[in-house]
Amino acid sequence: MRGAGFWQLGQSITRRLAQADKKSVARRCYATEADLKKTALFDFHVAHGGKMVPFAGWSMPIQYKDSIMDSTLNCRENGSLFDVAHMCGLSLKGKDSISFLEKLVIADVAGLAPGTGTLTVFTNEKGGAIDDSVITKVTDDHIYLVVNAGCRDKDLAHIGEHMEAFKSKGGDVSWHIHDERSLLALQGPLAAPVLQHLTKEDLSKLYFGEFQILDINGARCFLTRTGYTGEDGFEISVPSENAVDLAKAILEKSEGKVRLTGLGARDSLRLEAGLCLYGNDMEQHITPVEAGLTWAIGKRRRAEGGFLGAEVILKQIADGPTIRRVGLFSPGPPARGHSEIQNEKGENIGEVTSGGFSPCLKKNIAMGYVKSGNHKAGTKVKIVVRGKAYEGAVTKMPFVATKYYKPS
Amino acid sequence: MALRVWASKSASYLKISTFNRPFATVVKYLRYADSHEWVKVEGSSATVGITDHAQDHLGDVVYVELPEIGTAVTQGDSFGAVESVKATSDINSPVSGKVVEVNEELNDSPALVNSSPYEKGWIIKVELSKNDELKSLMDSDSYSKFCDEEDAKH
Repeated sequence: MRGAGFWQLGQSITRRLAQADKKSVARRCYATEADLKKTALFDFHVAHGGKMVPFAGWSMPIQYKDSIMDSTLNCRENGSLFDVAHMCGLSLKGKDSISFLEKLVIADVAGLAPGTGTLTVFTNEKGGAIDDSVITKVTDDHIYLVVNAGCRDKDLAHIGEHMEAFKSKGGDVSWHIHDERSLLALQGPLAAPVLQHLTKEDLSKLYFGEFQILDINGARCFLTRTGYTGEDGFEISVPSENAVDLAKAILEKSEGKVRLTGLGARDSLRLEAGLCLYGNDMEQHITPVEAGLTWAIGKRRRAEGGFLGAEVILKQIADGPTIRRVGLFSPGPPARGHSEIQNEKGENIGEVTSGGFSPCLKKNIAMGYVKSGNHKAGTKVKIVVRGKAYEGAVTKMPFVATKYYKPS
Repeated sequence: MALRVWASKSASYLKISTFNRPFATVVKYLRYADSHEWVKVEGSSATVGITDHAQDHLGDVVYVELPEIGTAVTQGDSFGAVESVKATSDINSPVSGKVVEVNEELNDSPALVNSSPYEKGWIIKVELSKNDELKSLMDSDSYSKFCDEEDAKH
């Protein structure tokens, strides 16, 4: 199978296997199968027909009995429950947590109200993205954040190294990695009504980006009103011993309407919502400005800098970046990662970073990077798939309107 | 010979399309390539498609890239592609020859490959140039076994 995208790692590769040196391919892809980590819900997934695939060192469900198409549509119509316990939850504690974290991320952490959070980016010295992360200021001396599974080792090494240096200068910060907890994402229009059945707290007062520690289904949970689908919803950090019970309770309370949903539909949903997948749409050499995340650089941070790569990033804000992330529509075959983008003259102007067929829009969508000047919505482009150039156009994102729960 | 009994019955199940069946269906009188295409030979004409097992693994097919009529195809070589929501996959020709017809209906209804892989979802018709190539393909029993073994590996 050709094409890119994270699930190439995990999906059935029967067709490729059939054509290549079977043993060597099999060994390369599956050598670590026995070593794959399992979440607390592993048996639950298997019992529910989850197709388990290797993903970032974990065995994760790519889909269940529903097709990816049906799962994607059901999330927007009713709701989805995802096991995202492969992601790494982390707490920073200590009175200098904020000033420490601000050295590593672009967000105005100090400016966040307690109990609120934001999407941010960990940057390197060149202004490139080490990872994206949702961070929450729980209190002035407690930050809770979640980083990508595939970046866990890299991120922890990076944070750890800077933390040692910071502490050696007398800074008060320490971390706790929440390996005792599991993370579930409940997304879609039924997310709030279903979850409300399982807690006494009033969820109508918890808005997008807000955080609360509360009892859900009898267990002490960290609840963030956020997600990766464009829908209203929550990420629930639950003690691992309570994770299966919580998943069962959510499915039961929804009377079967909220469905277990795998990584396959999760990728369709985030793409429709115009959200980046780290490793595809954002990488070490891509800055937050190029990725269209300038909004996530707080005003104070733009004035003061003080994070890794700030010189590069602040200069890009002033001068404009040379490349920009854009959304694309194209007829014909779906454009996948690494498809070349050309201007109307057939000159290379960039590359698709992720793309596919949108189950909701019933047409192909993609995102990628183009040279500045070609980034305006409506710009006609060509996208090369298997050697053939197809007409396409730059378009605004999100592709599907987001429905975050915000105060009216 | 449980497998044989199962396979001979399978043709009548073709219209049933459920996901995660324990076994994908095969059709007795077809020949199969290890890259999961089937071929039906009638005289010097061969109809080619992808198997139930293949469509099942691919999921919802959203696009089928068809070759031009007149294109020469070679056994084992790619002549087109099938795209699902999650993946792209080459389609290899199980036989050599010349493309004489393509299933234009797939342009508007690519999902026929899922709903009717052995009938309405056929992909191309080929005028055979090397009849003896068919010997290298599997019959339905061997192919069923081949699929079971592949699935067991994953």
